[in-house]
Amino acid sequence: MSALIAPRDKASDRIVPPSGFTVLLTSFTAGAMAFLTVFALALSLATGRLADRWASELAQTSTIRISAPAEQMDAQLRAVERVLQTTPGIASARTLSEEEQRQLLEPWFGPDLPIENLPVPKLVEVIENSEGYDSEGLRQRLAAEAPGAILDDHTRWRKPLVSAADRLRMLGFVAIVLIAASTAAMITLAAQSALAANAQVIGVLRLVGARDSYIAGAFVRRFTLRAFVGAVGGTVLGTLAVALLPDSEVAGNFLTGLGFQGAHWIWPFAIPPLAALVAHLATRNAARRTLRGIA
Amino acid sequence: MIELENVAYSYGGGELLSDVSLKLSPGSFHFLTGPSGSGKTTFLRLCYGQLIATAGQVRLFRKDVRELSRDGVAGIRQRIGVVHQDCQFLDHMSVTENIALPLMVSGRGGGGAAENLVDLIGWVGLTPRANALPAELSGGERQRAALARAVIMSPDILLADEPTGNIDWDMSLRLLKLLIELNRMGKTVLIATHDLNLIRAAKSEVAARVLRISNRRLQLAGSDL
Ligand SMILES: Nc1ncnc2c1ncn2[C@@H]1O[C@H](COP(=O)(O)OP(=O)(O)OP(=O)(O)O)[C@@H](O)[C@H]1O
Ligand SMILES: [Mg+2]
Repeated sequence: MSALIAPRDKASDRIVPPSGFTVLLTSFTAGAMAFLTVFALALSLATGRLADRWASELAQTSTIRISAPAEQMDAQLRAVERVLQTTPGIASARTLSEEEQRQLLEPWFGPDLPIENLPVPKLVEVIENSEGYDSEGLRQRLAAEAPGAILDDHTRWRKPLVSAADRLRMLGFVAIVLIAASTAAMITLAAQSALAANAQVIGVLRLVGARDSYIAGAFVRRFTLRAFVGAVGGTVLGTLAVALLPDSEVAGNFLTGLGFQGAHWIWPFAIPPLAALVAHLATRNAARRTLRGIA
Repeated sequence: MIELENVAYSYGGGELLSDVSLKLSPGSFHFLTGPSGSGKTTFLRLCYGQLIATAGQVRLFRKDVRELSRDGVAGIRQRIGVVHQDCQFLDHMSVTENIALPLMVSGRGGGGAAENLVDLIGWVGLTPRANALPAELSGGERQRAALARAVIMSPDILLADEPTGNIDWDMSLRLLKLLIELNRMGKTVLIATHDLNLIRAAKSEVAARVLRISNRRLQLAGSDL
């Protein structure tokens, strides 16, 4: 008997009849939304990682490689230097010394490479200024003045990709915000209809002296709990689905690591409490408004 | 405790009650009678703040009802026990839970409350039915459960609307005895009924005043009862 009264919350939660449908709807909505949130989160985090990685590789350098017969090498090198001096957008250019080239090649050919006797191309490191240079124009001028020079600006093409990845990360976050907002809207509707369906219960509670805050609390707890349970389910399924995505090595570069890595595994755990918070706020607002409306 | 001053009430049509004045003093015992539809239930609703008088003033525990906030009304209802004509149970909760409802909503479920609850259920003779649902109760059992819920908060005032409405005479007398017992414990009691036999039966036990609603007015009934 005392178990019936003593734990106030347990008994008071029974005040709201276990009317299936709206509550089921809440669990389902929270579950589906949590599932989607996992993907939006995975997308955001993965594109974020991608953007960071690409951005850090995006040193503002390119290389000009000159391959020419030994007797033409010096002439072509000077031609390249001339061209670079008159190209707008270039901050500095520097020819790599033999020592530096040896270091670059060492991983492949070992430390004792007789570099001066080999037809190794000369490398010129080009550092652009913040404006950047017109690579097509530079390429044409190099072809005219130093036919053995090839401009390698492989890192520059990633620039638009980095901003696309940044944009994608933003979209992911916007999606999460939209999902949270629709969850709030759905739960508000469900709570309102539950309150309306339970007008008689509310009437009885008022007759025995229940304050609005008490009545609202009972509904809020019910919906918060159900949203939490639903969100746990959706999050688990969503996280499993992400975890079961093919490995990055298998899937190739484009999908590299669309999943959670390292500390990012913490984030999915934030989804159910977040869903509960959204449900709590939505139900509380709905209850306050509806209760004020019921005389 | 409950004071009405020149109170009128209308549901929107003509006035149902006009110029009603009454002062319920502590420890008094009143009957309220009148034909069906004369406004007994309406009068009681004015007395616990469910309806607001369209004219005049209703004061509950010295407070003008019109000036009470919603929480204020809730607080007043925790101090006035009401047996509603239609009992007003929560159908999905057991008899015990329904009786304990006022304790629960006022956050006074802990401590000795559970023991009191068991005693109270025994007092109204519902121990064997404690775990039944309201729908499974007979008319008399419902009325007794409603009475138990009305007194669980130990209110100073008890308002009972047709507490013997649909039960046989023996059971009516048993309920009346419970109400008289409460009055002897110092509670102010007001019973709305159209059962004149019940009033006569009470008169030998308790000094009861009989009020009658007739022609929209509240009158003190004579000794013809
Ligand atoms: N919510 C309402 N809206 C409009 N009219 C109402 C409302 N409640 C009651 N009435 C009317 O007011 C009148 C008085 O009703 P009330 O319930 O107070 O009578 P009563 O004396 O308690 O009757 P009974 O003995 O049958 O219980 C009736 O004519 C009833 O139809
Ligand atoms: Mg009535």
